[in-house]
Amino acid sequence: MSDRGPVKSIVTPTHLEYEYTATGAQAEFLHQIGQGRLKGQRCGECGKVTCPPSGACARCGVPTSEWVDVSDRGTITTFCIVRVPSENIELKLPYCAANILLDGADVPFIALLQECETSEVRIGMRVQAVWRPREQWQPSFENIRWFKPSGEPDVPVEQLGDWV
Amino acid sequence: MSASPPAFSARHVVAYAYRRSVGPVLGRFFTELRDRRIVGNRTAAGRVLCPPMEHDPETGVATAPDFVPLGPGGVVTTWSWVSAPRAKHPCAHPFAWALIRLDGADTAILHVLDAGSESRVRSGMRVRPRWRAETRGEIQDIECFEPEERA
Repeated sequence: MSDRGPVKSIVTPTHLEYEYTATGAQAEFLHQIGQGRLKGQRCGECGKVTCPPSGACARCGVPTSEWVDVSDRGTITTFCIVRVPSENIELKLPYCAANILLDGADVPFIALLQECETSEVRIGMRVQAVWRPREQWQPSFENIRWFKPSGEPDVPVEQLGDWV
Repeated sequence: MSASPPAFSARHVVAYAYRRSVGPVLGRFFTELRDRRIVGNRTAAGRVLCPPMEHDPETGVATAPDFVPLGPGGVVTTWSWVSAPRAKHPCAHPFAWALIRLDGADTAILHVLDAGSESRVRSGMRVRPRWRAETRGEIQDIECFEPEERA
């Protein structure tokens, strides 16, 4: 044995680089968010709106083509307080990642919540997007820096349906 | 909506360093690697496992507490040639991923075989480890295996 002591852990680097090309619904979504608009697609089968859209309904598996406006305000359906540091993430700990159901959409998506104490985050809390300055807008979801509390009254949990 | 939205393309990188605890058995394996030794351990049935495991993969029964020095040479049991290595592969030039049964072991360990050319590689060939100049207690302490016979 070496005088360096027994090995207790190893680092396994995980690394994947790829070129992502947005097509169809994703490209149109990026084009629209580049203009400061959030758009979703409604499923012709179940009527649910997905935003960001993938071009197909995740529930029904059918292609989607009907575009609808989606608000940049929404409701937290669930959340996670992150207290463990990670490489490449420069956020101050603890921070909150929340599933947000945007007004006009029926499927939540995960986003960063800031400008709020993590102890105040709750299911049903109303939030709004914080956009980057217009001159920095690109065809990218990063136009929204994060979400913050909007100050509106909470949505009762029973109104969040399947998402809680 | 615009008639035909422009195609958007971006380079995505998914990367993080994942630190995992290795426990007493693999911990011993990596500690020995740091000293340029390879060890395995024994199942209740007497089979020698390398890499060592906490339990016999065939029965689930805990392995014996002692360790068995192995190799350093061994035999290639099977292999796959990588003719066009990618950026994060351990070799910049063509190499093989090989399962290597070290002398004294009953199971094989996956590692890099640096044999120069595919025509030199065959199942049953004898190989030996090439150690990294500075070891750290991880599998990469063995830079690769190489053929025992000179080309």
